[in-house]
Amino acid sequence: MSDPFVIAGRAFHSRLIVGTGKYPSHQVMRAAHEASGADMVTVAVRRVDITRRTESLLDYIDTSTIFLLPNTAACYTADEAIRTARLGREAGMSNWVKLEVIGDERTLFPDTAALVEATRVLVKEGFVVLPYTNDDPVVCRKLEDAGAAAVMPLGAPIGSGLGIQNPNNIRIIREQSKVPVIVDAGVGTASDAAVAMELGADGVLMNTAIAGATDPVAMARAMKLAVEAGRLAYLAGRIPRKMYATASSPLEGVVGR
Amino acid sequence: MHVTLNGEPREVPGPLTLAALLAHLDIDARRVAVELNETVVKRARYEDTPVRPDDVIEIVNFVGGG
Repeated sequence: MSDPFVIAGRAFHSRLIVGTGKYPSHQVMRAAHEASGADMVTVAVRRVDITRRTESLLDYIDTSTIFLLPNTAACYTADEAIRTARLGREAGMSNWVKLEVIGDERTLFPDTAALVEATRVLVKEGFVVLPYTNDDPVVCRKLEDAGAAAVMPLGAPIGSGLGIQNPNNIRIIREQSKVPVIVDAGVGTASDAAVAMELGADGVLMNTAIAGATDPVAMARAMKLAVEAGRLAYLAGRIPRKMYATASSPLEGVVGR
Repeated sequence: MHVTLNGEPREVPGPLTLAALLAHLDIDARRVAVELNETVVKRARYEDTPVRPDDVIEIVNFVGGG
C-alpha cells in the first residue's frame, strides 16, 4: 500500500522522526537510527568547543539517506530562535527547521505568541518551518496560517514519557489541519507512539524515549513497529467503542441446547 | 588582535580572513556555520571575509538534540 509521508513536497519513507541527543554513545545512536528506520533526524545547533577537538556527530549519520532537521532548542525568544535557524541553515545546507521557542524552564512548554511570530519571519525568509507547539488547536491554526509546513503538537512535556495527555486535542488538530500533524515529545513507550498514530497523527517525533531506554536499539525497533501499526490501524478504521459485549461466535447450534 | 569568539575574549593573529581563522583554530569549515557580528556568513565567502579587531564571532556546529 502506498502511503507516502510528504512534508513541503518532500516524501519520507518513515513516519517516525528521531533525535540525536542523550544516547550512551554515537555508536548506539547510529544503531538505533538504523533500527528505527527513520529517514529524518533532529540535531541541535551549538557553539563549537574551541578548546579541544571533539568527534563530529555527523560522522555517525549517513546524510545520503538521512535528512537533517536542525532545531532551535533552548531558545527563549523569537530573535534567538530566528538567529539559530539561520545558523542551522548554513551548517546543514537545507532550509528546514524544527522551530522551538521555549516559554518555561520546568515544563519546556512553548511561548506560543513568540513561536507564531518566529514562524512568520522564517517562512518569509524561505524556511520550511516545523514548529514544536502545545496541543492547542487554536495555536496550531495560527501556525498554519503563518505558513508552517507542518504542526508539531506535544503529546506531553519533552522527556516526560507520559504519553498522549490530550488525545482529543490531537484528533481536533488533525481534523482541522491541512498540513501534516506530527506529535512531537511526550512519548514514553511503543504504545504511546501507536496511540498518536491511531489518533490520526501523520508522524511522531521522539528522542528521549529511544535514547534513554535501557536498550535504545531495541526500543527504536519497537517504535518503528508501533508507528507502522498505529498508522495501519488508523487507515484500517477501528470499530466503534460499545458499552456491552457482542458475541464473536454464532449463538445457534450450541451443543446440548 | 582582540576578538570575541563564542562569547569569550580571545587574541588571534591578525589581520586574517574567516577561512584563515578557522584554519588557525583547526576547525573543518565544512562542518560549521559562522556568524560575524550577528550576521551569518555563507561558507563560500569565508576566503574573502576579513576578521577585524573587536569582531564578535560565533562558530557553531551540529550536536545531538531532539
